[in-house]
Amino acid sequence: MNLIPNSLRSGPDASGHFGAYGGRFVAETLMPLVLSLEEAYEAAKRDPAFQAELSGLLEHYAGRESPLYFAERLTEHLGGAKIYLKREDLNHTGAHKINNCLGQILLARRMGKTRIIAETGAGSHGVATATVAARFGLPCTIYMGEVDMERQKPNVFRMRLLGAEVKGVTSGSRTLKDATNEALRDWVANVHDTFYIIGSVVGPHPYPAMVRDFQTVIGNETRAQTLDREGRLPDLVVACVGGGSNAIGMFHPFLDDAGVEIHGVEAAGDGVDTPRHAATISKGTPGVLHGSRSYLLQDQDGQIIEAHSISAGLDYPGTGPEHSWLKDMGRARYFAITDQEALDAFVLLSKLEGIIPALESAHAVAHVMKVAPQMKKDELVAICLSGRGDKDIFSVAERLGDKL
Amino acid sequence: MSRLAARFAALKKQGRAAFVPFITAGDPDMDTSFAILEKLPAAGADVIELGIPFSDPMADGPAVQASSVRALKAGASLPKVLEMVRKFRKADGITPIVLMGYYNSIHAFGTARFVHDAAAVGVDGLIVVDLPIEEDEVLRVPALAQGVDLIRFVTPTTDDARLKCIVADASGYLYYVSVAGVTGTKSVPEEEVRAAIARVRAATGLPCTVGFGIRSPEQAAAIARIADGVVVGSAIVGKVADNLSAGKDKIVAEVLELARSLAGSTHAARHGKVDA
Repeated sequence: MNLIPNSLRSGPDASGHFGAYGGRFVAETLMPLVLSLEEAYEAAKRDPAFQAELSGLLEHYAGRESPLYFAERLTEHLGGAKIYLKREDLNHTGAHKINNCLGQILLARRMGKTRIIAETGAGSHGVATATVAARFGLPCTIYMGEVDMERQKPNVFRMRLLGAEVKGVTSGSRTLKDATNEALRDWVANVHDTFYIIGSVVGPHPYPAMVRDFQTVIGNETRAQTLDREGRLPDLVVACVGGGSNAIGMFHPFLDDAGVEIHGVEAAGDGVDTPRHAATISKGTPGVLHGSRSYLLQDQDGQIIEAHSISAGLDYPGTGPEHSWLKDMGRARYFAITDQEALDAFVLLSKLEGIIPALESAHAVAHVMKVAPQMKKDELVAICLSGRGDKDIFSVAERLGDKL
Repeated sequence: MSRLAARFAALKKQGRAAFVPFITAGDPDMDTSFAILEKLPAAGADVIELGIPFSDPMADGPAVQASSVRALKAGASLPKVLEMVRKFRKADGITPIVLMGYYNSIHAFGTARFVHDAAAVGVDGLIVVDLPIEEDEVLRVPALAQGVDLIRFVTPTTDDARLKCIVADASGYLYYVSVAGVTGTKSVPEEEVRAAIARVRAATGLPCTVGFGIRSPEQAAAIARIADGVVVGSAIVGKVADNLSAGKDKIVAEVLELARSLAGSTHAARHGKVDA
């Protein structure tokens, strides 16, 4: 355990809890594996050889470090704070997901596992998982809801090209939540040889802490780059939150910097006061799903409510336990952006900066479009631009009424 | 003595294994489901596992998932499940009822209130699939204080050290999951189960039932010779699915016929008279 006195960065506790959130709510069959994963991860974390192999892959394979780009025209357009974009979209496979997948596949190899499974929503995590599985020659099965397969066709093709088997999931809302159920069912039936690469800071302990650790490279670099460029820390860091892995990776290194404000941005779909949204932290209540306790979208009877967002990667009725804890602590604040606002930001960033953001990341940009004009010109905002928007052009074209 | 303890003690005296059918409460609707429940004891059920429908049953295979979907579509909810047990207890004071489900249903209801209400309507045990021993204290302790047992799992991945921790605070009986997997998808491996039950018996005096993967009277008989109870779920809820269009009477009749056949072979197994 990484015990720092009076720090917000020392969680979770030994049993995997962030305050009242987190834990290990899985079937007994999985528990021995979850415990051995925790042991293997703790050992790997302290092993310089593991860390060296991971840094080497992050640099030479994923293309890190990613730039911190001053968005000059967006800054001028909004007329307030100075806006920087942390360019996770420039990573190999086009999003932050590769950071985590490289870490987990090295761990899978260390544990002697010979088969990889994963769930995916937008397909970014599926592509990143299929990529590292190809790189290390391991067979790989990706579970993806049929609704998501339809709206993210290019990513389905990419995964197959990379040698992965993509299994369509037809149960429930046929999106990320159901793909996760199906991946858990596969895992419990194949515990002896299979490693489950979870794509976000969700699931049973140690996943939320482990995925966070692999993603904190985002915030660590942003922190150093801002200090280098501006001689000080940003006043505000912003990231989109579904499960919340790019967000926690961006936020975590700043948690103990009291002067840095932290905003997570959820998907409001048609609006948080309509039934069609994915604003789990803003509008949900605590519950237990997919292995941990966190905020959830659920009805009075504890049945999970289907989430809705134009962005498949944010279309999830749960969120990370650490985000749930940060919300209750008040250290991070969470906001929600509608489909329309995200689309407007998608178009604006494309036209002003020549950067087509992922629809997920466009939610963070849209939030900054609201808050930056209220800030002083010498204040600094860093947005995690978690992925690129190539995968989204078909669904955006459809919404804008263009035929491709 | 609790209803569960009394039932297992009586079965031991008779030299029989328990037949433990699982049905999802409210599948395909509350009315039909209750008609099945109230007639299960006469069909040979020694203990009844009553499923609490949940939107995301991660440990269940397609048959039980589908039964949950049917029940929720028909308006099932945890308060209605408790009401069903209350109604059942008016006519049957001895057959133990164990509620089986996922923790979020109980969490949303409120754990303290749930334990109180469950005890009050006559629930005897709880099986919560996603509450391993590391997390179960929050429910196990208040439940036991009300005389309700939290049933713990033993699985093919449980080693001896973990088995010791599992049985240390266990009560009621143990549930051995015969295959690593979800409900109703693989066949029960008899020899492995025999070895596992021997390990469990060496660790505890509690009864041990076996479930996941038992579909036929032959399999039920084989497990009845080894274990203290035989749980059948997917095959039974499958009968509901097969007869949906035929209506309530046919569904009830088909489910009870399968239950009678499974109960018959379970009960006869140790006396060498196995019906097939």
